[in-house]
Amino acid sequence: MDSTAIIGTTNKKGQVITDPHIMMNDAPRTPSFFTGSEVIKEAVRRANVDVMVAYPITPQSEAAALCGELFAEGYIGDYFRGESEFAVMSQCAGAAFGGARVFTTTAGPGTMRAMENFPMWSGARLPIQCIVTCRGINSPLSIQPDTIEIAYLMNTGMLVWHAETAQDFYDWIIKGYMVSEEPDVHLPLALCCDGFFVTHTKDTVDLTPVDMCLPPYDPYRSPVPCMDMECPPVRMMRDPFVMKSNYISYATHASWQQEVWAAAERSRKHTIAWLDGLIETEDVDADILIVSSGTAVSQGREAIRLLADEGIRVGLVKIKTLRPWPEEELLEATKHASHIIVPEFNVIGWLAKEIKATIPNSKRVVAGPRVCGGMTLPPEVIVEEVKKAIGMRSGVLAGRGG
Amino acid sequence: MSLDYVKFSPGFESFMPKEYRDMVEHGPFGKKTTVSQMGNFKEILEEHPMCAGCAMTLFIRLAIVAFPNPEDTITVGTAGCGRLAISQAAIPFVYGNYGDQNGVASGLSRGLRVRFGDKPKDVVVMAGDGGTADIGFQQVLHSWFRKERFTTIMLDNEVYGNTGGQESGMTTRGAVLKMAPLGKKFEKMDMVAMAKIAGCAYIATVVPNNPRRVESCIKKAVLIAREVGPTYIQAYTSCNIEYAIPTDQVMADAKTVEDDRYKFAEYVSEDAKAYLAERYGYKEYIQKPAAAIAKA
Repeated sequence: MDSTAIIGTTNKKGQVITDPHIMMNDAPRTPSFFTGSEVIKEAVRRANVDVMVAYPITPQSEAAALCGELFAEGYIGDYFRGESEFAVMSQCAGAAFGGARVFTTTAGPGTMRAMENFPMWSGARLPIQCIVTCRGINSPLSIQPDTIEIAYLMNTGMLVWHAETAQDFYDWIIKGYMVSEEPDVHLPLALCCDGFFVTHTKDTVDLTPVDMCLPPYDPYRSPVPCMDMECPPVRMMRDPFVMKSNYISYATHASWQQEVWAAAERSRKHTIAWLDGLIETEDVDADILIVSSGTAVSQGREAIRLLADEGIRVGLVKIKTLRPWPEEELLEATKHASHIIVPEFNVIGWLAKEIKATIPNSKRVVAGPRVCGGMTLPPEVIVEEVKKAIGMRSGVLAGRGG
Repeated sequence: MSLDYVKFSPGFESFMPKEYRDMVEHGPFGKKTTVSQMGNFKEILEEHPMCAGCAMTLFIRLAIVAFPNPEDTITVGTAGCGRLAISQAAIPFVYGNYGDQNGVASGLSRGLRVRFGDKPKDVVVMAGDGGTADIGFQQVLHSWFRKERFTTIMLDNEVYGNTGGQESGMTTRGAVLKMAPLGKKFEKMDMVAMAKIAGCAYIATVVPNNPRRVESCIKKAVLIAREVGPTYIQAYTSCNIEYAIPTDQVMADAKTVEDDRYKFAEYVSEDAKAYLAERYGYKEYIQKPAAAIAKA
């Protein structure tokens, strides 16, 4: 099918199907004051989504419900509530198997309950987009932001992006489909944000015109045919090979897993083009760098401002995509740094571990400050960590970081 | 273009595998084949890796022959013996995670409706008793409560056959099996009753001994699921290995079980009867005029 032929035509809601590059790069933007959840709704409104499945869990419930309003308004082809996160992700898989553009949202324990599905999505090459509004997953119960679930997602074969702001969220939801649906990629995307910090706070977001939308998903551009009995070959089994004595089954599994991860690597070039790079940098010639992802980046920016007031120069690296991992970009950005501070909203420090595994002389990496369980990360805590790293005395902040 | 996809691309005929050529030339796609013609056409499922004498395989073959529209049918399954055969049929088979077949089928059925509108794209779940009544129970029941329009077929061998013979919810009370060393402690789950409560529009219990009955049930179930609502068929498909049924006694066992606890039963909702009569001309469901009823 000539995908350009539909550009300029309208969808069922009368939105003009627009070249995604024009829509995202050239079209006028309207500043709007929205919560992150409302921003999700506005992005989905313009993404020509076929099927969305919803399930309530804090803090993604509002976004899932708002998408229901979109369905009622006719912007989404089908929408329903599943009976658990595992079921929701299964239902999403089914819709994607049938060639639909699929969207869903989840959070925290729900992400973990659904975890079996994510590597299945990747292995089946289903370009489903799942918003992960991170929250605590451990006992004692917490509904507050905590990014530990990202550590698990990073090993599923999915693309994993980590938005800092509502603007990131808006743009990346739309751009995410463009990357994940590329024929040489065709992988699911976990688009993560730090729950509440992004979902429940209001921000000014520049929105593209409401009467423009993405071209519809073309499932026949998939490397694995969709299941609709409309295209050859007749037999399109997506079943695992379980004849365990068969060497071919091992070889098939092994090579396919490698192909899934190779597809994630191939997403690199598309992601760089759409997101303007896998990382964003400021003043990386500085001796001290703060390297982080998500809203920890925002706290890092504020810490840099506070440190600048004291005459301490600190640069910043914002990591946008965790899968694909920006290895080359980090090597380049950190080559001058003597101290690399990695603030994180989780107890295990998965980002610091990834960075340490990437760069030479990893003793430069300060794995912290870290907070967890929904605790906030004031910029002063990052300032303290920077000063400690460079041997400066600083006032002790009670109750944080021991 | 569903029927077009089975045709050869011009110039490629001689390069296609013989199995594929046979399927195109002698398969049931686009024809009205019946179980009484089995042996006279290329079946959608022929070779399979199941145990010798497996009643489940016979049932699956019958079911697939009965599909009213195989050129537009997609099967969904889960872990278990049945999957080994279904996945080798010449129609697409979707496999997700263990027990999520009714969730996958819900999404698949809805996604196909969004893409193709009213064009019938039949979705048929075929899964074992472990996948349907145990681990997949929540998703099965909720797909029925949501009135998802696809057919669920339970391949009930009353045991976890594929993992080596553990008791399942569908095992009869008292049966001594792995993980039930003192005999199963509770009754076989009444999935038929639950299907009724959950609002299935068509429900049947069958054994594979009566091919025409199996064909009739499957056909009705798939047709009703297109527009009326969810349908459920529960089929006794014994595991001759785990229950030590001699291969030449498999069908006799099925007959005994049918007479004992697996009697044929069929429930058709009033909506489904009217639909079958009006849309597909099922004479037995055509409403007789009131005068004729009174006279009778």
